[in-house]
Formats: sequence, structure tokens, C-alpha cells
Amino acid sequence: MATPQPQQPQTVNEPLTAPETKPAPPKTGSQCKLTARDINFFYGQFQALYGISLDIPANKVTAFIGPSGCGKSTFLRTMNRMNETLRNTRVEGDLKLDGQDLLGMDVTDVRRRVGMVFQKSNPFPKTIFDNVAYGLRVNGIKKSSVVAEAVERSLSHAALWTEVKDKLHKPASALSGGQQQRLCIARALAVEPEVLLLDEPCSALDPIATLKIEELLFQIKDITTIVIVTHNMQQAARLADFTGFFLLGKLIEIDDTKKIFQNPGKKETEDYVTGRFG
Amino acid sequence: MMMEISATRRIVNGFMLTLSGVCTVLVVSVLFFILGYLLLHGASSLNWDFFTKLPKPSGETGGGMANAIVGSGKVLLMATVIGVPIGFMAGVYLAEYSGKTFAFAIRYVVDLLNGVPSIVIGIVAYALVVRPMRHFSALAGGTALGIMMIPIAVRTTEEFLRAVPTNIREGAMALGATKATTIFTVVIPAAISGLTSGMMLNLARVAGETAPLLFTALGNQFWSSGWLAPIATLPVMIYNYATAPEDDLHQQAWAAGFVLLTLVLIINVTARLIIASGPAAQRR
Repeated sequence: MATPQPQQPQTVNEPLTAPETKPAPPKTGSQCKLTARDINFFYGQFQALYGISLDIPANKVTAFIGPSGCGKSTFLRTMNRMNETLRNTRVEGDLKLDGQDLLGMDVTDVRRRVGMVFQKSNPFPKTIFDNVAYGLRVNGIKKSSVVAEAVERSLSHAALWTEVKDKLHKPASALSGGQQQRLCIARALAVEPEVLLLDEPCSALDPIATLKIEELLFQIKDITTIVIVTHNMQQAARLADFTGFFLLGKLIEIDDTKKIFQNPGKKETEDYVTGRFG
Repeated sequence: MMMEISATRRIVNGFMLTLSGVCTVLVVSVLFFILGYLLLHGASSLNWDFFTKLPKPSGETGGGMANAIVGSGKVLLMATVIGVPIGFMAGVYLAEYSGKTFAFAIRYVVDLLNGVPSIVIGIVAYALVVRPMRHFSALAGGTALGIMMIPIAVRTTEEFLRAVPTNIREGAMALGATKATTIFTVVIPAAISGLTSGMMLNLARVAGETAPLLFTALGNQFWSSGWLAPIATLPVMIYNYATAPEDDLHQQAWAAGFVLLTLVLIINVTARLIIASGPAAQRR
């Protein structure tokens, strides 16, 4: 079971011919928030990421697409070092946040600056207010007027304020699935992260709830940089300024979303976005 | 032929149903039988005096067990103070920090500790507390019962913390909480109703222990002041009175048995009510 795994990506990948040139960082006018160079990632012996290099531009939405198990979530979780909570994992390469070495920083600092929203909404078993206030409190902001203000601001950004302002002290578990996910976004926004990572945030939601989240993501890119992993290509096409395509632990291509979907540079990308991937 | 087989099957089936049903009724009725029997024999002693008066000197009738009721409370409180924090923190370590192999080893040792006979734990408490201090005490009794509470406290804590979903922990850590902060502000609050009721069941389990108290708390015919003097407890009182020659004392022993059992039942029912109303139950 464990031994054939390391070879698997190599052998399956052979006919694809690994890209000779590193995927070019998106050409943007704006500055880069995050830069990754030659990121390799290992779960024990199994290599899940192969030499990922890319730039995440500030105040834009960058989407990662690709089939299940291609490493897009693993890469996302490398950017806030969430993978460190798993035993027996290892990351190699160079990851910079605003030019600072992200892998060498204090991990709680990284996670405060790079927020994350998960696939399954995960409200704490606390009140709505305490959920949003949690990040502030653990980061030492205790003054109640400051906290209350931040809670209202975050819930407004997450397009949830009008729905919950009269029941802030009710348990978060009383909210609907879509509301819970927006609560998790509000919770992440409360600590004013510079980057917000979203790991398939809409995969458990109905189309209306999904639309609400897409709208709010579009609004908040003024205040943060967004990186979203999605299985839904229409979602990537609707939301993202840039889209990266992952396959078998490699970044095949990253470019303007329009270019990726209309005129991709690589055959594999074209096969995937046109649904001919097999 | 077919008919015969199915007839046999029906008879066997009916027999098994009856057998298991009768055994179930037996199991349920044992508790009520015990309660009724205790009440029957102890009723004449179950009066206001029993709860408010001290035991009468030998030879006189009447009196009560107020000191033993309070004493049992004090010893159990001491046991909780000693056993719960140690078991709880070890359970936190098992659930949240230790590696797989090490956890397996610890769990094994904890299960062995759970199997140590209570009289042996009494001897240990005697050697650890009574001998160095040169007298029996509530502290020694509490230590013995506290040690007995540790294994269940460890396993209860571990199980309820493990039941808290990983994604909640990740949510907290993704906001910049350290692992310890996550455990104490998110994981433990999420498991609090289970933990509380687990500890209460644990307490109810040791409340009736007699053997480890015989040579640690010893017993006392009077009020015991503080934590360092010999102290009366219900189980030891029952033991002493039941083996005494006087009929009046026998009746008091029955009454004490009834009170002790009722206390244990109340703790049990409360614990189960807490777990039924907890956040985990609401989410389901």
C-alpha cells in the first residue's frame, strides 16, 4: 500500500510530459502578496506536491482547479501552514508573504495574517458573537467595544449582519448551512487577514447560498487577497481573476482566468476545462 | 418435513425470547428489590434524627448519622479534588498530544490501574498518607478514592475529547490560536457536558467504596473537624453497624444503605440528564 504510492504520480504523469519551463507568474499590474518557489510537500514517504512555483497577486481572487487528489488543497494548506498540524508531513521550498519567509515565521502569526475557510462549515459550539470574536480574543484583543465593532464589521462584510443582528447571542448551530459558512468567513475576516484561503467553501451549499458567498467574496477582495480552491469550474470562471490548474501534484498552468478557460496554453488544461479529461 | 423444521424453529425462538425476557426482568427488578429491601428494614430508622443527629453511645438507642453523611461528602470532595484534575490532564495528553504507540501503552497501564483491587489502593493510601502523618484522616480516605477515580477520569476525558470533530480544532488554529488555547477554549467547552457527566458517574462509582476507607478514613463517632482527623463515612458506618450485635444498629445500617444508594442514583440520573442536554446531543 505505502510503497507503490510514491511512484504513482510519476508513472501516470509520463505521457503528459512535465512542463519544461516553470509556470509563469500571472502578469499583473498589482504587487504580489504571496510567492511560492519550488514547493515540494510530503505526507510521510508520499510526495503530494512537485515544485510548485507561483505568485498570488494582492487584492485579486486566485482560483485553483483540478481533479480530486491533485494537490490543490494541500498547497492551500501549505500557505497557512495548516498541514503542520498533521503528523509526519514535510514541506520544502520557498514561500514568502510580502517578501518575508512564511515558513520561518511564528506559526500563529502566519495564521492570523493568512486566514482560512474550510470545506465544511465549522462554527465553534458558542454563540454567533463569540464565534466571530474568537480570533480577536485569542490574539489578545479583549476590549469589548473594539471586539463588538469588529464583530459587526466582519458580519457585514460576510453579508450576514442583517440576518443575525438580533440573535448575536444565540448558538451558532442554530444557523442554516449557508449562514454557518458565512459566519466562518466573518470569523476569518474579524482578525483582518491579509490573505483569505478558501477550501471548496461552497461544496456543501445549495446554489442560492453559493451565490451569496460568491457575491461577498467579490466584495471583500478590496480588503483582502483571496485564494479559493474549487471543484466548480463555473465558479472559478465567475469569481477568479487568475486561475491555476493542478494535476497530480503539479501546477500545470496559471494565468488570467479568461485565458485558462478560453485559450489555455497546455493540452492538459484544455482537456480538463472542456470536460475531456479522463 | 418443512413444517416440522419450522415448528422446531418457532419453539426455539419462543424459548429464547422468553429466557432473555425473564433475565431482563430479573436484572431490572434487582435494583428495585434492593431499594425495597433497604427501605423495609431501614424505614424505622429513617427519620429526621438520622440526618441531623450524631450516633448515640453504644447501648443507647436512637441517634443518627449526620456526621457520616457529611463525612462521605467531604471524603468524596477530597477524592474529586485529587483524582479528577490528574486524570483529566492525563486524558487531555492522551487525546491531544501523545503519539499512537505511546497512547496505546498509557491506555494499557490505565486499564491495569483500573483493575487494581480497591483494598490494595487503600493500603497504598495508608502507606502514602496515614503512616507519614501518623493518623487516619479525611485526606487519606480522599487520596484512596481519588486514586480510584483516576483511570476512569483519564479514559472519559480521552473519549469525549476525541469525539470533538477535527474541523473545529482546525478552525481555531487557523485563527492563530495555539494548540493549548484551542484545547482549552474550543475543544473542552465542546465536550463539557460529556466530561461533567463522566466525572459524576466516576464519583458515583467510588461513593460506595468501603475497603479503601477502612484503614484510611477509619471512622468517627463524632464530628470530624478539618481534613486531617479520622472521619465517619456512610460505607464504613454500614460495615461497622451491620457487624455490631444490636438490632437498633442493624436498622440504622439498612437506613444508611438506603441513603447511600439514593445518593448514588441521584448522581447517576443527574449525570445522564446533563449529557442528554449537552451541545453534542443538540447537534445530532
